[in-house]
Amino acid sequence: MTQVSQHKDPLLRIVKRDAISRPKAYTIRLLAVLLSLVVSGAFIFAVTHLDPIRVYEAIFDGAFGTSRRSWVTIRDAMILLCIGVGLAPAFKMKFWNIGAEGQILIGGVITAGIMRAYGSALPTPALLVVMAAVSLLCGCLWGVIPAVFKAYWNTNETLFTLMMNYVAIQLTSYCVALWENPVGSNTVGVINQMTGYGWFPALFGQNYGLNVVLVLALTAGMYIYLKHSKQGYEISVVGDSQNTARYAGINVKKVTIRTMAISGAICGLAGFIEVAGVSHTISTDTAGGRGFTAIIVAWLAHFNTLVMILISFLLVFLQKGAVQIASQFNLNDYASNIITGIILFFILGSEFFINYRVILRGRKEADGK
Amino acid sequence: MEQTFAIQMKDITKRFGKVVANDHVSLDIKRGEILSLLGENGSGKTTLMNMLAGIYFPDEGQILVNGVPVTIASPKDAFDCGIGMVHQHFKLVDVFTAAENIILGLDSRQKLDLKAVAAKIEDICGRYGFVIDPYKKVYNMSVSEKQTVEIVKVLYRGADILILDEPTAVLTPQETDRLFAVMRNMKADGKAMVIITHKLHEVMDVSDRVAVLRKGQYIGDVATADTDPQKLTDMMVGHAVTLNIERPLVETRNLRLEVEDLTVLTPDGIKALDSVSFQAFGGEILGIAGISGSGQKELLEAIAGLQPTQPGSHVIYHPPAPDEPIAGQHVPVDRGGEELLGKTPRQIHDIGVSMAFVPEDRLGMGLVGTMGMADNMMLKTYRSGKGPLLDRKPPRQLAEKVKQELDVLTPSINTPVRRLSGGNVQKVLVGREIAQEPSVLMTAYAVRGLDINTSYTIYNLLTAEKLKGVAVIYAGEDLDVLLELCDRILVLCGGQVSGILDARTATKEEVGLLMTKFKKEGAQA
Repeated sequence: MTQVSQHKDPLLRIVKRDAISRPKAYTIRLLAVLLSLVVSGAFIFAVTHLDPIRVYEAIFDGAFGTSRRSWVTIRDAMILLCIGVGLAPAFKMKFWNIGAEGQILIGGVITAGIMRAYGSALPTPALLVVMAAVSLLCGCLWGVIPAVFKAYWNTNETLFTLMMNYVAIQLTSYCVALWENPVGSNTVGVINQMTGYGWFPALFGQNYGLNVVLVLALTAGMYIYLKHSKQGYEISVVGDSQNTARYAGINVKKVTIRTMAISGAICGLAGFIEVAGVSHTISTDTAGGRGFTAIIVAWLAHFNTLVMILISFLLVFLQKGAVQIASQFNLNDYASNIITGIILFFILGSEFFINYRVILRGRKEADGK
Repeated sequence: MEQTFAIQMKDITKRFGKVVANDHVSLDIKRGEILSLLGENGSGKTTLMNMLAGIYFPDEGQILVNGVPVTIASPKDAFDCGIGMVHQHFKLVDVFTAAENIILGLDSRQKLDLKAVAAKIEDICGRYGFVIDPYKKVYNMSVSEKQTVEIVKVLYRGADILILDEPTAVLTPQETDRLFAVMRNMKADGKAMVIITHKLHEVMDVSDRVAVLRKGQYIGDVATADTDPQKLTDMMVGHAVTLNIERPLVETRNLRLEVEDLTVLTPDGIKALDSVSFQAFGGEILGIAGISGSGQKELLEAIAGLQPTQPGSHVIYHPPAPDEPIAGQHVPVDRGGEELLGKTPRQIHDIGVSMAFVPEDRLGMGLVGTMGMADNMMLKTYRSGKGPLLDRKPPRQLAEKVKQELDVLTPSINTPVRRLSGGNVQKVLVGREIAQEPSVLMTAYAVRGLDINTSYTIYNLLTAEKLKGVAVIYAGEDLDVLLELCDRILVLCGGQVSGILDARTATKEEVGLLMTKFKKEGAQA
């Protein structure tokens, strides 16, 4: 038997914070962003010997340099926001829906299908309504299937929603092959390119005006739903403790299924907006990983959909800037991804210091405020 | 045999926030001895032992192993000191075999040789009288086999100081006897052993010395030979104190709740409640006494509609007369009495049966930790009001009222309740249930961990409800309080009613003995 004979406190101790004032929390977050800029600046300089300030200027330029760039940034931020809004109720209920990717795709595929088949049969406004409704339903179905299994047989929703993604990707592949245009290109091409049937009309003279209006309306609606509706209240209770929910007479199964129906439906609608309002085509890359990025959006905003507007802009801004510096300074994509990575790492890491504090050896707990 | 101290704990203090779980506890553990650590729930037994096992780190105090001061900052440090703990909840990997579980986490440089491991396991088993198949998968094992694996696991690591946390809670009497035989073998081998329990007859049966904790404090230790269950009960629950809780007698007591042959199974198919029958009257506080886990939770949950019951069980609700002040706010039910079983929790709540259950972690049931007082007030009433949106005005007013009347200390009614101290959390919970103007009010452990003054606030609230004609059911841990607060006391033991006493004439000893009396070991599934 070996003996442990040293007698001293551990060097660092991590203690959960009781509460933190809101200004203090935001100060920590702001510091994290600044620190991340310094670190990525140092990284840029060390690797490329470029002036970090110029690189940052280029990032801004990439996102908002011209009116067109600004609108692309807005457009992409809106899609990301829409998915984040869709994920918010599920995650608030602590239902780990990582199947947004599939829910978007399935909404997108059905939109593309209707657009191809009935583009000339219906006037565009009616077509848009039909496509929106059907994509909502399909996304809803994609969300409800794992929710039913979770509610009745307690299957693991993370795996289930993830696997539903692959089903959706395969379905999309099949449809892409079916609708191939021109034959042999292995893409669907732009649907109704000549006629524009089923495309979002310009609103306020802007091609993406309708996207913005739709998504912001959803965002505001979801804010009210989560904060002020009876169903939103049920979601909070179930998310905090299923036992408490049972005690309150809440039907946990019903809430689980209903919430996932909403979550999936909005993600399906995001697919509709992407296909009818942005790309006018469908491919297995239509979701493009944004179903996962939106999880970061939802978490960082603590499921407050209004804060999500800010976060999705930040993420898209970084992404656009990254592409810009890659071309402007002949860096490859990975360099810019590293910068995005550094910034996200710091933002996510700051949450640790908001929830915990670190006490050095020798200090009493009380000093470490 | 040489009697040396295996472990000396000196002035150990451990706090969780404001709660002092262990208050300057000093405890010695000797070699070749079985020490019982006795105490009621929440007295700090498990916390104290977890500090030896490296799960918690003491805030103050010193631990000596074989006379040498040590720091135990992790379970690995504990193993290095030769300390092994078998936890109440097993920590085994289901899809592994016994042997794989036993060597799990051991970093040996050699190639993994399961045959050698199995041989060593057989050797340990042979030495102490265990029976175990090293190649059996854990998911195929009975509870008692799993426990054996846990014990062999710590022995395999060379532990010579063993801590068993409530090892008998999950065992049948025969399995318990077998475990005790093994423990005696290990004692003869010179190992030091600690058994945490609150079953007195087991203490008398197996241990050499008993150390008693009460409310985080070390009360003392006695040689088992020099004591008896009566004396130990006194040490454990403390001397009878006079509390002077006002207990008015309500003259007209109407039958409110009739429970007949209530049987509830645990998910494992064991009877948590076995044919429980009693009556509860309006204008009366019915106390429920029993060692924790004797079926109190299941009983209250079954009445509230949260536990599936077995066929033949009945809970009949008799509504208050229309002229009673507590009548009228609720959904009318049949005057002749209505069966509650089969109704949903919401329906039962709407009839006027309220439950305030304070669980060990205080928040797990009944309150939403991340919400403020205001939002918690509407947990059971948020559906009222038209439209899909919440009406936050009444709950806000109610929260302000509860905050004032019960002196809830909170920065604001919107501060998440998990940030409030335990006492304040309980006031919120009980305050809300009383605000529903129930005709049956069930509370469990309403004063758990509360200071004297807050406890009295709650007692007075319950008594006020009783005077209004409400049937109050109070499941409690503190016998003194039960005897002073309640009109009648129902004692549960192993899921059965072991007696119903008149609280005005019963003594603490009577209740204490009923609590530990195992009638013919009733349900042996």
